[in-house]
Amino acid sequence: MSAVVKLHDIHKSFGTVEVLKGVSFEIDRGEVVAIIGRSGSGKSTALRCINRLETIQSGTLEVCGHRLDQPTLDLRALRQDVGMVFQSYNLFPHLTVEQNITLAPRRVKRLPNSQARALAQASLERVGLAEKIDCYPEQLSGGQQQRVAIARSLAMQPKVMLFDEVTSALDPQLTGEVLRVMETLAQGGMTMAVVTHEMTFARRVADRVIFMHQGRVWETGPGEMLENPQTPELQAFLSNGL
Amino acid sequence: MGGSFTINHFLYLLQGVGWTIVLSALAFALGGVAGFGVMLLRTARSALLRRISFLYVQLIQGTPLLILLFVVYFGLGVVGIELPPLLAAGVSLMVYCSAFLGEIWRGCVESVPRTQWEASEGLALTRWQTLVDVILPQAARIATPPTVGFLVQVLKSTSLASVVGFVELTRAAQVVNNSLFTPFLVFGIAGVLYFALCYPLSRWSRSLERKLNVGRRQAA
Amino acid sequence: MKYTFDFASLQEYWPEFLRGALMTLEMTAIATVLGMVIGVLCAIGRRGKRPWLAALCGAYVEVVRNTPYLIQIFFIFFGLASAGLKLPIFAAAILTMVFNVGAYTAEIVRAGMDTIHPGQIEAAEALGLSVPQIYWDVILRPSLERVYPSLTGQFVLMMLSSSVTSQISAEELTGVANSVQSESFRSFETFIVVAVLYFLMAMLLKFAFFLVGQAMFPRRRRLGTPL
Ligand SMILES: Nc1ncnc2c1ncn2[C@@H]1O[C@H](COP(=O)(O)OP(=O)(O)OP(=O)(O)O)[C@@H](O)[C@H]1O
Ligand SMILES: [Mg+2]
Repeated sequence: MSAVVKLHDIHKSFGTVEVLKGVSFEIDRGEVVAIIGRSGSGKSTALRCINRLETIQSGTLEVCGHRLDQPTLDLRALRQDVGMVFQSYNLFPHLTVEQNITLAPRRVKRLPNSQARALAQASLERVGLAEKIDCYPEQLSGGQQQRVAIARSLAMQPKVMLFDEVTSALDPQLTGEVLRVMETLAQGGMTMAVVTHEMTFARRVADRVIFMHQGRVWETGPGEMLENPQTPELQAFLSNGL
Repeated sequence: MGGSFTINHFLYLLQGVGWTIVLSALAFALGGVAGFGVMLLRTARSALLRRISFLYVQLIQGTPLLILLFVVYFGLGVVGIELPPLLAAGVSLMVYCSAFLGEIWRGCVESVPRTQWEASEGLALTRWQTLVDVILPQAARIATPPTVGFLVQVLKSTSLASVVGFVELTRAAQVVNNSLFTPFLVFGIAGVLYFALCYPLSRWSRSLERKLNVGRRQAA
Repeated sequence: MKYTFDFASLQEYWPEFLRGALMTLEMTAIATVLGMVIGVLCAIGRRGKRPWLAALCGAYVEVVRNTPYLIQIFFIFFGLASAGLKLPIFAAAILTMVFNVGAYTAEIVRAGMDTIHPGQIEAAEALGLSVPQIYWDVILRPSLERVYPSLTGQFVLMMLSSSVTSQISAEELTGVANSVQSESFRSFETFIVVAVLYFLMAMLLKFAFFLVGQAMFPRRRRLGTPL
């Protein structure tokens, strides 16, 4: 087993506020890691460090062979290897579903226009939305938009995918369809880091769960650890019904 | 020819500033009254009045102010009314302002929710009472920032009065430049003077708008 | 004091009017394109990370928006001439138009850019797009779509205010009108005709911008909803 994401002793501050206080964890190839924790515990920040949406102050960080703590980092190569899906979908409202999906492949990977539609079609099939290829985002439900966002990410053929509370903005009846897509991806061998409040999903799908608390990795273990928390903080977090 | 820019030149320009302000005030006052009328017509119950006033606004907004000025200047001349340049400029600016202010204010009046009209009707207020006591006070708040902003537009527009020989700031600057031939200096100073008049108004308009937006967001 | 209108005596000047109108349209077309370029660059500069550039762009916008166009024309045209740079009148007129409308464009485009949610830019970054690509595909295109009505309104206003370039003897429609009225002694009629011509040109321009918008923004055409 080789780790594709390696964080070691990561420190990150916003101004004078230290948000990550020495975070270390690794994600192996094909592994699905769920990151849970209270609001403000630094989950999003840790995730965003992995694809350099945030820069770190100290520590070593390696993702798919890219050293993020080195000045020689090839940012665009890193971004091609790491896909990210956001809580607020962030689809481009002025582009059709097809254009949303093929924008980055066309611009970054110089995909010929003649192959764009086929790529969009293939990506959409993986999220079960092939018939929506010519729609604009505003014509889709929240769950559908989020699935398109996943398809958009997939079209770049990333080696790792990051999910930041991707179902939090959705009505309960729409979260299911998104979670199912993510589960299929996990079964297909995708390496995934998933920040989530869906405990059943974490337990069932994740190979490993990381509980973050106050900017640190507080407790980590397989999914069953959620039934048998070791630290009082995780106990409190789980019993609060979050 | 020649000579250098002296305090007398500057005083002459300042006098021009005075006339620019007078003309702006005149245009804004007359245009405000006429614009209020345009606003009434644009929101009238009769479709015919609405259509006529719409055409008026389109026509004025689709014609350069300079052409409007010439039409008024020469038009009144040929029917035998010899207007002094101040009045000719004042009248054309009034027409110009009436169309723009009328349209700005119409937008503000129409942004007051329809339910306010209906509620007042329920209280047996007449249309005029509703307008004066219910609608206008609410519309006025929204109307202030764009109206102040339009004042900047008026101030700048008065420079065109120089074309019919009215000696406001721009004309004064031309006169000075014609004797000194230092256009960068003279028109630069005139520009600074205009800026000193307009910029505070622009800032004021923007800060009024910000306050209004903050108030609205809190209410929402 | 009865006045009899005499539009008939203006008939022989039709070719003149037409030439003037075409020149006005030509100046407007050139100034629209160049003004767009200046305005977009200036809007980007104002949002950028270099404080001196942002300040410079901001100052340009404020100076232009708070001084009369006529003063700008005199400053540029006579100023450059006094400095020994004698531009052809046509070029000088367009220069002043671009200088003027660029600032208004910058302000409108910037307002459009401010409505782009930061999440849009993050999503584009996460997809590996470069900064210029992000500006073009994710910031500029939807911004322009959003502010298109005010933007084109501004260009129509510019077409109308280009009449002021007649003051430096540009041979556009108003310039033509000035010479026609002094030849024909029919000032009133001349300016009424010209007013109507400007009005028609404003309508034409609005329609042209509508068609361009339909072609440029397929989303608007299909859904009709504002972005
Ligand atoms: N750009 C920023 N500037 C300043 N402070 C920030 C910024 N982003 C996050 N923070 C702060 O960092 C801390 C951790 O934020 P983070 O978003 O990582 O938490 P989280 O665990 O994802 O919480 P949530 O569950 O609410 O998403 C918070 O206290 C937050 O206020
Ligand atoms: Mg978060």
